[in-house]
Amino acid sequence: MTLLEQWVSLSTIIRKEIVRFTRIWVQTLLPPVITMTLYFVIFGKLIGSRIGQMDGFTYMEFVVPGLIMMSIITNSYGNVVSSFFSVKFQKSIEELLVSPTPNYIILLGYVLGGVARGLLVGVVVTLVSFFFTDLTIHNLPVTIGIVFLTSVVFALAGFFNALFAKTFDDISIIPTFVLTPLTYLGGVFYSISLLPDFWQGVSKLNPILYMVNAFRYGILGISDISIVSAFIGVMVFIVALTIICLYLLAHGTRLRS
Amino acid sequence: MTIALSIKALRKVYSNGFEALKNIDLEVAEGDFFALLGPNGAGKSTTISIICSLAIKSAGTIRIFGHDIDTDFSAAKKCIGIVPQEFNFNQFEKVRDIVINQGGYYGLPRALCEERTEKYLRKLGLWDKRQSPARSLSGGMKRRLMIARALIHEPKLLILDEPTAGVDIELRRSMWQFLQEINQQGTTIILTTHYLEEAESLCRNIGIIDKGEIVESTSIKKLLQRLDQEVLIFDLQEELYESPQLENFQSNLIDSHTLEIVVQKGRSLNAVFQCLNEKGIEVTSMRNKSNRLEELFISLVESSQE
Repeated sequence: MTLLEQWVSLSTIIRKEIVRFTRIWVQTLLPPVITMTLYFVIFGKLIGSRIGQMDGFTYMEFVVPGLIMMSIITNSYGNVVSSFFSVKFQKSIEELLVSPTPNYIILLGYVLGGVARGLLVGVVVTLVSFFFTDLTIHNLPVTIGIVFLTSVVFALAGFFNALFAKTFDDISIIPTFVLTPLTYLGGVFYSISLLPDFWQGVSKLNPILYMVNAFRYGILGISDISIVSAFIGVMVFIVALTIICLYLLAHGTRLRS
Repeated sequence: MTIALSIKALRKVYSNGFEALKNIDLEVAEGDFFALLGPNGAGKSTTISIICSLAIKSAGTIRIFGHDIDTDFSAAKKCIGIVPQEFNFNQFEKVRDIVINQGGYYGLPRALCEERTEKYLRKLGLWDKRQSPARSLSGGMKRRLMIARALIHEPKLLILDEPTAGVDIELRRSMWQFLQEINQQGTTIILTTHYLEEAESLCRNIGIIDKGEIVESTSIKKLLQRLDQEVLIFDLQEELYESPQLENFQSNLIDSHTLEIVVQKGRSLNAVFQCLNEKGIEVTSMRNKSNRLEELFISLVESSQE
């Protein structure tokens, strides 16, 4: 395929993904907005007003970046895992497999589809947060960079999960038993400086902590960890997951008999 | 003569050790209308899946119009259009989007995809359904949708895996007509089918596969020439109570009004009627006992199993 043909194929996949998640917006876009609004009301307003300040900011100001990042992570992941598993389940993935579209374009198309949903939900949740707090951006490049890269990491992880999944149960195991606990323990609701040294050390093994803190740094200018290490860690995950997914695609794992 | 499909020493062994294809060789010439026949589990769909990159071969080479599917996969894939046996499109997508998107996966500009989508949906009688979700189509319409989708990049080789399975007679005939039309326009067609009548009516050449081996690959004409006898069924005017003794012909009374006669190849049918006349037997109608190709198919598959 020429570069132009590859671009056409890539844009077809992305367009199809965007059409899919916007067509079923009641299932894809509305729930995270309602959930995050409840978080803002309960944790930010009702409970947050009794917590007082965290790292020099009101609890609402502290928790908002974490909640935005949480919605981006779950939606980037959820879009790719459900969409790719669905095409695998219905066998419509064969439309792509019989075509000359290279594997890296298939992967990139689905990942960018997931990023599109993650970012769209992130923007909507950010707009909702304006009803609860004034949000200013401390460092725009860091904010945009970490949001995009985090979204890519979890879209790749969703693709990896969908490749291996055999049943619909398999696509809910990772989000339920891995993603949700890591997100909740990833500094969304608290600063790890509140934890004893041992648990601070354990928390630093959680990759989501780095992403949430880098984003919080971009918004508020505070972080529990080094921003450089956050970016390096995210890039390592992107490279590793990309290599694994391309390897699995090249070998037709769970796609070709 | 250009070779549209060349398969050499193709072998497929599944992870459970089952050998689905045993070093098969097959060639299909450009412009041919080729039937790949075989009983269930013979290896037809496995062969097609490997050609279309849906299954991974264990050994062998496949070339599509000279393009190796391993080393020149992009050019090879552009030459192939596939209509699979099972519905494999997103049931929730609109008919039009399914066809347009497929063109996009082949790198065709969107305007061209839209133009061709209209052309093929109209030809296949689906234009009125273009905005409907695929799940709302009938079985026959879904099959036609898969044909339109397979043609969007105007492939030189169209492969259809049992395209008329479960399709009513009228629709089957119209699909045959459509396939003959595109074959006449230059598209090489390979089809697998269980309907031997379909293969006999449409195809010029035939490959018979059984237990992962090609047991025959020749023209239908040559294959039919091998038949050394034909069984004819005669419906009788008057009742008969026992099988008549006919000179040089073996006969068998099926029931009091139906007589079966075996006619050796080259014998004149007039001789049969003369014998019947001599015995005072009146015939109201006559037909072949079964599809001629079916008889050959069964004998070839049976001999390969011995």
